[in-house]
Amino acid sequence: MIEARGLTKVYGEKKAVDDLSFSVRPGIVTGFLGPNGSGKSTTMRLILGLDRPTAGSVTVNGTSYRRHAAPLHEVGALLEARSVHTGRSAFNHLLALAQTQGIPRRRVDELIDLVGLHDVARKRAGQFSLGMGQRLGIAAALLGDPQTVMLDEPVNGLDPEGIHWIRNLLRGLAGEGRTVFVSSHLMSEMSLTADHLIVIGRGRLIADVGVREFVGRASKRLVRVRTPQATRLAEQLTGHDVTVVPQGDGSLEVAGLTAEQVGEAAAAAGIVLHELTPHEASLEEAFMELTRDELEFASEAAV
Amino acid sequence: MNAIAERAPQFGRVTLPRVVRSEWTKLRSVRSTRWALLAAVVFTIGIAALACAIVSHHYPQMSAHDRADFHPLEINFAGVQLAQLAIGVLGVLVITAEYSTGMIRASMTAVPTRLPVLWAKAIVYAATTLVLMVPAALIAFVVGEAIFSRRNIDVAFSAPGVTRAVIGAGLYLTVVGLFGLGLGAIVRNTAGGIALFAGIMFVLPPLMNVLPASWNRAASPYLPLQAGQAIMSVTPGNQLAPWTGFGLLCAYAAAALAVAAVLLRRRDV
Repeated sequence: MIEARGLTKVYGEKKAVDDLSFSVRPGIVTGFLGPNGSGKSTTMRLILGLDRPTAGSVTVNGTSYRRHAAPLHEVGALLEARSVHTGRSAFNHLLALAQTQGIPRRRVDELIDLVGLHDVARKRAGQFSLGMGQRLGIAAALLGDPQTVMLDEPVNGLDPEGIHWIRNLLRGLAGEGRTVFVSSHLMSEMSLTADHLIVIGRGRLIADVGVREFVGRASKRLVRVRTPQATRLAEQLTGHDVTVVPQGDGSLEVAGLTAEQVGEAAAAAGIVLHELTPHEASLEEAFMELTRDELEFASEAAV
Repeated sequence: MNAIAERAPQFGRVTLPRVVRSEWTKLRSVRSTRWALLAAVVFTIGIAALACAIVSHHYPQMSAHDRADFHPLEINFAGVQLAQLAIGVLGVLVITAEYSTGMIRASMTAVPTRLPVLWAKAIVYAATTLVLMVPAALIAFVVGEAIFSRRNIDVAFSAPGVTRAVIGAGLYLTVVGLFGLGLGAIVRNTAGGIALFAGIMFVLPPLMNVLPASWNRAASPYLPLQAGQAIMSVTPGNQLAPWTGFGLLCAYAAAALAVAAVLLRRRDV
């Protein structure tokens, strides 16, 4: 369980996190979604006490992270930035972390096997590929058998097999009743793993909803219709909130009506249809729609 | 998945002895430690032997004035002058390498109260240098004086102040290492830390020559290097009393670590 109340972090002039309040509940995978630079990593650093909030507070399992006697047993975290000495072997890296709270050596061996680093455990971490580095980070996160698991962009650099492995791991951890909090800037990734979403943009909370509800709320349903009598059909499709946009290829894009309603209207006017396709906005589009105004650097600005 | 499902038994609390064990694992598991410590030991013994052999060879040709100035112990500690660079730089690296690699985030996540990490680093590094450098200084002394004894210009371990000076060389290197660690923890950057350490230890003393001679004479004994090396000296000079000087170096190291501790608590990682 993670609870943020009015969490704010200001670096110089820039508000990285702005009055953020949310709860991350146990037993489900909660996605933490936002464009790059929206404050996800900063929020995670605040949760771990690496950075001190300018205002507000955040607690993990009831108290601030710093106050826990066995911190690695409360929260296991994978940060986006690498947190490994490049000259140390994977085994010694995990051992050093384990020893700070008396976690036995055999637990280190177990995790090395679990994340599939057995063959390279004695190699220096600086020689690891991005994917191997992520696996090492995940082993470190799970070292203390934590009640809360927090991963920042865990699929970065992983191959498809690794991505699949992470998804199953996260679902498994949530299934055991743990709190699982995973950040990503990729909506499609979240739609496959998360049950609940916390969406932020420019450090502010945009949405705190279930994945399904998020798509329903954010997406406009569109219907694509092709007919030789496009102008006549457009005249039939009127009503509150209905917009009809002629497309370059002669088809119409209709918003505000279902495919059924468009079909019935066409039949009533005796108009022949060549195509009638309901088009559900993807999660990616829903996400873009929601965060468009919040993007730190909008695409137009870059042009 | 089974490994996770098993509730691992009795995961303990963070305690200072546990963090000390962790820091020992960290120190022994990187190459720079082995190279720097090996260099310090080799410098201390090897350069002592070399310097003693050269001086011993030239001794018959030396003027009476030079012979009057000669003290076997000073030649014997020639290696310590180089070893202190290796020990100090490794002291800086022990903490700054955590910042440059990002390891510090993992360390401070495991120990969010932060200070035990700094104390444990100091304990482990001081113990390691002490255990290596006191014997190294003793060996350097035995080897050097054996070379001098062929010309009967050696000094006995039991001679006044010699025991203190030889053991003191090992103590001096230990505290120099702690001073480097403290400076590294303040600066949090390898290049900056080494520059600060080398600046205070090796650049500041010659810079004192721009001061009026009386000021220079008055201030120089209080610089970390001069103060600390008083414990290695058995000849009179412009310096503090052996233990007073060494105590002052300890105070510098303690002050650097104290400032580092305050900053560690206050700053974002």
